[in-house]
Amino acid sequence: MTALQARMATSKSGADFSASVMTIEIGPAHPAMHGIVRLTTQLDGELIVGMEPEIGYLHRGFEKESENSKWIQVIPYTDRLNYVSPLLCNIGYSMAVEKLYGIEAPRRAEFTRVIMGEISRITDHLTCVGAAAMEIGAFTFFLWFIKAREYLWELVEEMTGARLTTNWTRFGGNSMDLPDGFLSDLEDRLSKLEDIMEECDKLLTRNKIFIDRVKDVGAISKEDALSYGFSGPMLRACGIPYDVRRADPYSVYDELDFEIPVGSTGDCFDRFLVRMEEIRQSTSIIKQAADKMPEGPFMTDERMLHYPDKKDVYGNIEGLIDHFKMVMEGHQPPEGEIYMPTEGGNGEMGFYLVSDGSGDPVRVRLRPPCFNFVQAMPLMTVGHYVADIVPIFGSINMIGGELDR
Amino acid sequence: MIESIKSGEMKADREAGKLTALLKQKFPNAVLDFHSHRSDETVVIERDSLDTVCRFLRDDSRCAFEIMLDITTVDGLEMNMKPRFEMVYHFKSLTHASRIRIKVPLEEDDCRIASISPIWKSADWYERECFDMFGIIFEGHPDLRRILMYEEFEGHPLRKDYPIDKQQPLMELKEIEERHTYGREL
Repeated sequence: MTALQARMATSKSGADFSASVMTIEIGPAHPAMHGIVRLTTQLDGELIVGMEPEIGYLHRGFEKESENSKWIQVIPYTDRLNYVSPLLCNIGYSMAVEKLYGIEAPRRAEFTRVIMGEISRITDHLTCVGAAAMEIGAFTFFLWFIKAREYLWELVEEMTGARLTTNWTRFGGNSMDLPDGFLSDLEDRLSKLEDIMEECDKLLTRNKIFIDRVKDVGAISKEDALSYGFSGPMLRACGIPYDVRRADPYSVYDELDFEIPVGSTGDCFDRFLVRMEEIRQSTSIIKQAADKMPEGPFMTDERMLHYPDKKDVYGNIEGLIDHFKMVMEGHQPPEGEIYMPTEGGNGEMGFYLVSDGSGDPVRVRLRPPCFNFVQAMPLMTVGHYVADIVPIFGSINMIGGELDR
Repeated sequence: MIESIKSGEMKADREAGKLTALLKQKFPNAVLDFHSHRSDETVVIERDSLDTVCRFLRDDSRCAFEIMLDITTVDGLEMNMKPRFEMVYHFKSLTHASRIRIKVPLEEDDCRIASISPIWKSADWYERECFDMFGIIFEGHPDLRRILMYEEFEGHPLRKDYPIDKQQPLMELKEIEERHTYGREL
């Protein structure tokens, strides 16, 4: 019997019960509301009896802006979708346009994308787990994780020149190759990350105070999770091993060896454990990709996907024409529609693109993974106490930029 | 090279995949068209059979689409698409590791379609978003309200005839009680 049912059973009559219900607004600007979202919560004492999430406070018209831009101009907008793992959004969008073209990036570019994508996944999980732990009192843990995230963001800065607004991928490759000494820096940072992970694991995973706050809180059943369209760590915490990297392998993930951690009960503690293990798996993926890093170009040599070399522009007529057409018309993917699923930090991040062949996107649609999680907030919170909203909301890793677009 | 890939794939695009063949056999009158561009299996069906087809996709063991991934709309005004709107649904089956896209054409002056939120819960918010952004009416939806824009917003911003630089006046702050209907069943 849930707490809610127990309460209703002890209540003398329905009228008594409803008379004591109080409505409070949590958010939109509240420290525990990561970004801006409003939860209109109905309380009976400390018990949550109803909840209605309201979103849209960070809606910036990503889809409308994209449809009024050229294909290449959308890449900077994708940085601002999931802003704790911008590289995964860059990669997802670029791979979607490549699918529209029917081309693939060179192998060196793909391995570099895997490394940078997994670094982004780690920063995403570090932020989520760190912030969620801080909100329920584990402040040291948060500082340690932010320190680890800083090490990784320095790597991102080394590669792309920016920490958050990366704008790194292009159609058919990446804007930059690995900088000198990147792989040795990477090795150094990963060993530092592993030390921090080991320390933090001891600090929190068997900590009674922490476990009391998250165990059996915000649990969701397999059936509900599927019906609500869950994906990513939230779905895996329920015990369903669905990971786009394994289910529909893209890039070079099928050549790399990694495990998909799953939980069993789908509560906040399982989500914490799944994310912690995914950080370790991502570390292993990065190491394998760095070992296998092939030599070769980092950008496709296909025409009309990038500016031709200056020696071609000035040396032959094809180069000159290509340069002129790239400046005047830009990318013109062939007519068609595609859906490209990739594994984002939060789950399946899919881009649905429609092109009419003219160079202006007809439809740019992002399937935001945390949309479903916020929708399921009432299901996960009703029957729990007010204080449980904080760990539950922390565990779903809502990212405003991705949710509201 | 791109051209050669394109012409080679055009033929493959017209070959019906396993799921397409199954749907064609099961609902011969409902399936209007199909393609598999870049190996994305796509079936275009007529509006009135959406509910039946969706229930079949979820419940039949040969389909078993447990996850309803995404609902969106395409406004074909600039492409002179007839009819103007197209609903796009994406599904994922974990059992068979397959994906399918279902499309439903909608007339501009009658953009109503059955809600599939009784079949998959995730449809609830996606349909609210399509209503908000494109003005599609979902019949049988439990709570069809705007989701990303505010209640007083006029028009549907993702329609191609909504100007990107159009401004709307700021709203005055309302009393909290007026903003919500709290009696919603959870």
